[in-house]
Amino acid sequence: MTALNRAGWRPEMTAGGADDNVTFTGNRALMLEEPLIFEIGSSETTGVDFDEAAPAADIGALARSAPIGLPGLSESETVRHYTRLSRQNYAIDLGLFPLGSCTMKHNPRLNEKVARMPGFADAHPLQPQETVQGAYAVIHELAEWLVTLTGMHSVAMSPKAGAHGELCGILCIKAAIEARGEDRRVLLVPESAHGTNPATAAFAGFTVEDIPATAEGRVDLAALKARLGPDVAGVMVTNPNTCGLFERDMKAISDAVHAAGGYVYCDGANFNAIVGRVRPGDLGVDAMHINLHKTFSTPHGGGGPGSGPVVLSEALAPFAPLPFVTKQADGGFRLIEEESAGEDHPETFGRMTAFHGQMGMFTRALTYILSHGADGLKQVAEDAVLNANYILRNLDDVLDAPFGFSGPCMHEALFSDKGLAEGFSTLDVAKGLIDEGYHPMTVYFPLVVHGAMLVEPTETESKAVLDQFIGALRSIALRAKNGDPALKSAPHFAPRARLDETKAARNPVLAWSEPAVAPGVPVASEVGGG
Amino acid sequence: MRYLPLTSDDRTAMLAAVGASSIDDLFVDVPTEARFDGTIPGLPNHASELAVERHMAALARRNVAAGDGPFFLGAGAYRHHVPSSVDHLIQRGEFLTAYTPYQPEIAQGTLQMLFEFQSQVARLLGTDVANASMYDGSTACWEAIVMARRVTKRGKALLSTGLHPHYRSVARTMAKYTGDVLVDGDPSLEAGTDWAALAQAIDKETSCVVVQYPDILGRIDDMTALANACQSAGALLIAVVTEPVALGLIKAPGEMGADIVVGEGQSIGVGLQFGGPYVGLFACKAKHVRQMPGRLCGKTVDANGKRGFVLTLSTREQHIRREKATSNICTNSGLCALAFSIHMTLLGEAGLRQLAAINHNRAKLAAAELAKVPGVSVMNGGFFNEFTLLLPTAARPVVHQLAEKGVLGGVSLGRLYPGNDGLANGLVVAVTETVTEEDIAAFAAALKEVLA
Repeated sequence: MTALNRAGWRPEMTAGGADDNVTFTGNRALMLEEPLIFEIGSSETTGVDFDEAAPAADIGALARSAPIGLPGLSESETVRHYTRLSRQNYAIDLGLFPLGSCTMKHNPRLNEKVARMPGFADAHPLQPQETVQGAYAVIHELAEWLVTLTGMHSVAMSPKAGAHGELCGILCIKAAIEARGEDRRVLLVPESAHGTNPATAAFAGFTVEDIPATAEGRVDLAALKARLGPDVAGVMVTNPNTCGLFERDMKAISDAVHAAGGYVYCDGANFNAIVGRVRPGDLGVDAMHINLHKTFSTPHGGGGPGSGPVVLSEALAPFAPLPFVTKQADGGFRLIEEESAGEDHPETFGRMTAFHGQMGMFTRALTYILSHGADGLKQVAEDAVLNANYILRNLDDVLDAPFGFSGPCMHEALFSDKGLAEGFSTLDVAKGLIDEGYHPMTVYFPLVVHGAMLVEPTETESKAVLDQFIGALRSIALRAKNGDPALKSAPHFAPRARLDETKAARNPVLAWSEPAVAPGVPVASEVGGG
Repeated sequence: MRYLPLTSDDRTAMLAAVGASSIDDLFVDVPTEARFDGTIPGLPNHASELAVERHMAALARRNVAAGDGPFFLGAGAYRHHVPSSVDHLIQRGEFLTAYTPYQPEIAQGTLQMLFEFQSQVARLLGTDVANASMYDGSTACWEAIVMARRVTKRGKALLSTGLHPHYRSVARTMAKYTGDVLVDGDPSLEAGTDWAALAQAIDKETSCVVVQYPDILGRIDDMTALANACQSAGALLIAVVTEPVALGLIKAPGEMGADIVVGEGQSIGVGLQFGGPYVGLFACKAKHVRQMPGRLCGKTVDANGKRGFVLTLSTREQHIRREKATSNICTNSGLCALAFSIHMTLLGEAGLRQLAAINHNRAKLAAAELAKVPGVSVMNGGFFNEFTLLLPTAARPVVHQLAEKGVLGGVSLGRLYPGNDGLANGLVVAVTETVTEEDIAAFAAALKEVLA
């Protein structure tokens, strides 16, 4: 029997037949392979100590007697497992993360320190109101900033993410229309909108109708006006839009929608481009969610948590969800819940989440806002837009920029796969960037452009970083135009080569199960050769 | 402006490179009436790190932290000790500052963690599969009701009276727009759970029955009979778990036949956080996986045959199916899922069982001590780490009087069910491993004084 390491990696190596680039462990110096906790842990091992032994359970017939199957690791093993896993991730702390529409900017560590202050992190949402005045003050102070920066009437703080915020805004619109005694069932959603927009509208019971884009990548105002009527509840616009452009006709869109009795929802995912320079309220917007994790820099954490407060016009404010914080005449704060809503807020559409929203994101966002101040936030928008245009103009000779002719972009630059060699795609460009040490841009979005590449550098990148990135992307663009076959199999230097997504979807394996061990075969045959 | 690396020379050079004479040229598409170029009225300018930290610390000090004294609040959010290594590990920049793993070759850390999380959650809840997390328990509960409609093509949901009233409130809000019919009511302090009545009430229109376990009053019951009743009527049983630590001691809902199990994962690894961010758990039987909302991570291989992980079954999701998606949810609680998973790995099966047993034992001790206070009794027959006290007077003012004495003594049913006089004397008390015997004695003494 050959010797195996604990996870059973590469058992054939012990037979002695290694080529030069293969290691026994599967590790490559600092790039370490890591088994699953289910392969290295055991049900007896634990990484925590308690002051007392487990008392005898006397729960009766409900006692959980069968094994649960949860592996444990010691504290030292746990620290190594997760530290090793972390090294298989790209992150903004490692370099430029130019995902369009995601606004991956520097995450200041002061935000983390503040969010962990016990007064914020170790407070219960149902504590007596007099014991959490500081937490209410944070919510109120942040709300004031959001209302002022957007030029809106009020803000609903409880939505837990951008898409949850969209739902909040759309429910406000629905409630407002019902309060008028009208039956409007159609929401107009431009082609360039985020996928969440039509999904949200459908979830709230609306019929979704597309509005086409112009050749310049903006909402077709004439088509929009032609569709307005007594059955249209409103329009969902993303501004700046997902082509990286400012909707020049935003005010005209709002005026037309309002004149037809509808409301304007704005997807605020791209607020970073205009914060401190443009107030959506001045453009006639009725509701807009703000992704605090984007514009106000709360860490994205591998996919979340986010936070999606929704700013509202005076027309929609009465319908905002519960609970929310109000400031009293004596300077104290009060939480308005179902009980007090009857007198103070009778038209609310209800509650969207159990508690007050993403408090941990509020503390981080407020810390970031205070650090930047009004002057700094304006500079954020300006530098973000400057950086994006710098990328657009330094690459539009080697990559097709479908709307480059129509003027400056906002905080993201859009390219397409037009002009790449036969058989080469946006995906190849993206995977090539990985080998150059960058996280790729957003690919195949927005859908209005074939083979889209949406690059958002953000304001926290220096000119030197942008110059190196431009050089790297130029070189890959040229290789893709020249049909370099090596690009087709990129990435070559990442922890994994291209992954088989079809296999994952066709035969979904979504949870670990003990491998079936045939007699005489060691273990972990699923791991495969290196 | 410490986060902005461009110098004024850089800006000048870059504007020249893009052919703009000033930054205003880049905002040319913004109508002039919608621009403001000066200061924003009422908002201060940038501040130093020290000044901001001082301001935020002053706000934090205006709160009473749970650790400042005896603390007994639960009702959907629980205070447990989180090992130091959890927060240390989630603050590694490669986890903290990564995004959704859209490029799996350089996101295996997040993806493998999500696969491990899904596996842990499925085993804890006793189901086949779990997703990669949702916003929180209350929204996961609502998504489960919507999913039951998709699976059964029916639209009447029966909500147990023991379901957290805020969860019920979220479901009610959404049902107004999705067209679901909800049947619900407030719990009774005299009767047991309403599960037998729910089994009786299932009809041909019923999409699902939603129960909480342990429920809002801390009651626990066997749901096998209810699961059987649901199954024979073609309805789904949805179980809501707001205190997953309980499942280290009591049977998992999936083991008793629940079709969908959702939960609030906050009590493992995440902390109280004044209500969020939390981590929604969502698990179900394998046959329903394509109707599940949210992200899923699946195992596959790379071009060299090495094991790897990717986000999968995305044809259910909004970015592909747009208005036909199973849900509009786009994000998940990735970082909170990581904290949950690390804490669960540290505990392991042995640690989780021990933690659960300690919680239960400490709660029994507290219930016995508090029941000695004149006029006070414990409502529950059985419970895990939370139970309902019946006071001789309305509990709501008592909570505030206890707070004045430095004891955060539970959640009054008066706050959870305003206007329901039948529940006004109930106080829901949670006891975890963070509560000491001294805390229990202090609570009992303070309660005695307040009620005297």
